Amino acid sequence: MSAERESPLVPYVLAFLGLVLLLWGSWWGLFAAPGEAHMGNVQRIMYVHVPTAWNAMLALTFAFACALASLFRGGWQWDARLEAAMEVGIVLSILLCMQGAIWAKPTWGVWWDWDPRLTTTAVLVFAFAGILALRHFVDDPVKRAVWSAVATIVAYVDVPIVYFSVKWWNSLHQLQSTPETVSRAFHWPLRINAFGILFLMSAMIGLRTKVAALRLRSELAPPLPAELVAPLTAQRLEGSAR
Amino acid sequence: MIVAALRKDFLLQWRTRAQVAAIFVFGATALLLFSFAIGPNAEALRQHAAGFLWLALLLSSTLTLAESFQSEMEQHALEGLLLLPADARALYYGKALSNWAQLALLGVALVPIMVVLYDAGSMNVAALVGIILLGSAGLSAPGTLYAAMTSQARSKQTLLPLLLFPLVVPVLLSAVKATSLLILGDPMDQVRSWSLLLVCFDLIHWSLCGLLFGRVVED
Repeated sequence: MSAERESPLVPYVLAFLGLVLLLWGSWWGLFAAPGEAHMGNVQRIMYVHVPTAWNAMLALTFAFACALASLFRGGWQWDARLEAAMEVGIVLSILLCMQGAIWAKPTWGVWWDWDPRLTTTAVLVFAFAGILALRHFVDDPVKRAVWSAVATIVAYVDVPIVYFSVKWWNSLHQLQSTPETVSRAFHWPLRINAFGILFLMSAMIGLRTKVAALRLRSELAPPLPAELVAPLTAQRLEGSAR
Repeated sequence: MIVAALRKDFLLQWRTRAQVAAIFVFGATALLLFSFAIGPNAEALRQHAAGFLWLALLLSSTLTLAESFQSEMEQHALEGLLLLPADARALYYGKALSNWAQLALLGVALVPIMVVLYDAGSMNVAALVGIILLGSAGLSAPGTLYAAMTSQARSKQTLLPLLLFPLVVPVLLSAVKATSLLILGDPMDQVRSWSLLLVCFDLIHWSLCGLLFGRVVED
């Protein structure tokens, strides 16, 4: 599997770089950048919120690409990457909802609002968490790979429909914040944090892919001959008895 | 080919019609229970009637969908079907169409119960049947695909709703909205756009799930 051919140091270097960038960007956003005129300091959560949103979408889009590759090209490494990208994407989406709630309470006066992006993110978390549950309950690795790829494709295609239906149903969110919509003074911390989270996320996906690939390898390996297994089981039993 | 598959599924349903009746009773019980959440307030019940109807139908649909693949799993019937010189897609569309028919019938059968319990009369019946047809089509297309997967997995009773419910949020939203407009009056003529959203959802999922079904059942 290709995940094992890469240098083992790459994810750690990426994680370190990401952490440094995230600390630098957050320090800039918290202390150096000017406060916003109407919202004051509450607005500073944007420096993590908006980059988290970009990266969450990126991770889940990568999961979708892995699902397509796994279904139509085949190869176990795609299944391992799918699992990794989906887990990291879900964690980022949950963080996104939490940051949104923290921002919404002082700004809108409520923790939760049924606005299209918030609701779509919540639906997305549940849809993809369901697929992770499916992976958990299927023992056959071949079926697990195909089914989770199919479910990922269907769920990903569903996301825009969810977004539009909720948008028609109810609406009250800020315009998306991008470097174009915010003043130049806010640009740099936003960009630095975006790359910080991107590196951190890539490191986590890389490491998680390795774990998934190792588990797949142990599942796909032919069973050991009985004379090798017996002493191992005896040893383990002895260990647990102690 | 699809006709043969459809005929098989309808025959199967006809021979297990006690099952269909039991699912109807389940839906009606759910409608009865929802009114206890609101209390005996006629106006509030009327306001929520559409939502309750679709929630009852959604909850019952998991039983219908799971049941539709249960019989295929017994004695490896599905493997036998796949050995036939037939396209797996025909199997899918046969199953999905028969589930659609069953869910639409269930939805229509639940309407009188809703009218009696929630005092939600005086509406355009033809339009309501149209919405039920579109909404149940949206539940049946992804539902049949997921039922095919979960019927072969462990703890299938948990997995099917877990996978299906987030996916059909647009169906639930637009069907509830459209039904509610039919019951409470539609001064802005919004039913049309909600039905259009349902049609879009149905078109996308009926084609996508049909394309992917072959991969799900083949080994």
